[in-house]
Amino acid sequence: MVKKNLGKIKGFAIQFLPYSEIRDLNSNERIKKILGIILGNNLLILQGKLRAEEETRLIGDTMAMIGHIKNFRGIELAVISGSGNESIWGKMKKGIANALAGGDLGAITVIGPATIVKEIKRNPKKIELLVNR
Amino acid sequence: MAIKILKNFFKRIFSNLFKHKKDIKLGFYGPPNAGKTSLANRICKDFTGEEIGSVSKIPHETRNVQFKEKVEIEYKGKKMVFKMIDTPGIATKIDYEEFLKYKVKKKDAKNRAKEATQGVIESIKWLDDMNIVVVVLDATENPYNQVNITIIGNLVARKIPVLIVANKVDLKKADIKRIESAFPEYDVVGISAKYGKNLEEFYESIFKLSKKI
Repeated sequence: MVKKNLGKIKGFAIQFLPYSEIRDLNSNERIKKILGIILGNNLLILQGKLRAEEETRLIGDTMAMIGHIKNFRGIELAVISGSGNESIWGKMKKGIANALAGGDLGAITVIGPATIVKEIKRNPKKIELLVNR
Repeated sequence: MAIKILKNFFKRIFSNLFKHKKDIKLGFYGPPNAGKTSLANRICKDFTGEEIGSVSKIPHETRNVQFKEKVEIEYKGKKMVFKMIDTPGIATKIDYEEFLKYKVKKKDAKNRAKEATQGVIESIKWLDDMNIVVVVLDATENPYNQVNITIIGNLVARKIPVLIVANKVDLKKADIKRIESAFPEYDVVGISAKYGKNLEEFYESIFKLSKKI
């Protein structure tokens, strides 16, 4: 059940979502599932990552919610995955593994409502999460 | 079957003949306050004498997609006509309270935030219509921002040629190398839109990319 009012944040939960939970969902269903978690005052840690067009869709959908859901100001989003500097052989291995798994399981996506997550600082190898007090 | 093959053959020939008659749609994308409008203004002013939009220190100054048609850019004796498309900055969160820091009245700040959210949605919708995209990044900021990665990922998925511009190289904190290492597969051109620095390299890259469409 999606909460329609984020209100004053007193606490939050961290929810881990394995990739198997979204692997067989279409884009609409994936976005809906993710929004349901975020709007329930949860910080989502997703195994794997969304497709680029799903990420923009998520941004667009959350933008449309600002002003319609009380205290909702958008999301913070970060994906950490390979550096992109792998060798050709490394890229091939990764490609085969991803194809078998149905997604990039080596990636981690962090998504949270901006009311909870102040900032996500990232560099290629780590994500730092700054939480609102 | 034979008619269909012939039809496709002529269609391809004619479409190739007239392909370059249309103006190339050149989009400016990036996070807020990176200097998209400043760069678009600089180009438009140089080649048409007019600017495309207003700039401000307050984020989300551009809240609607802005156009400038028939911008003929001349570089080393070659000419190309572009339709310039300046887009609102893409962000994942917009808080009206952020605008209050710039002494904007509360009512105006709320309006600005509302328009800015619409602007982000509009920018995303326009992604499909571009022929070439210049992703403008602030060279003093961390390039590993997810918005940058998402924009570039979308352009790659749509097979749209991308040029990354590291703007504000006139500032001490600017670090082009950091942007180059964040996006090793792309050309990165360091410029200062404000002072018109290194625009020659920018035009050269744009002309080069135009051949890919």
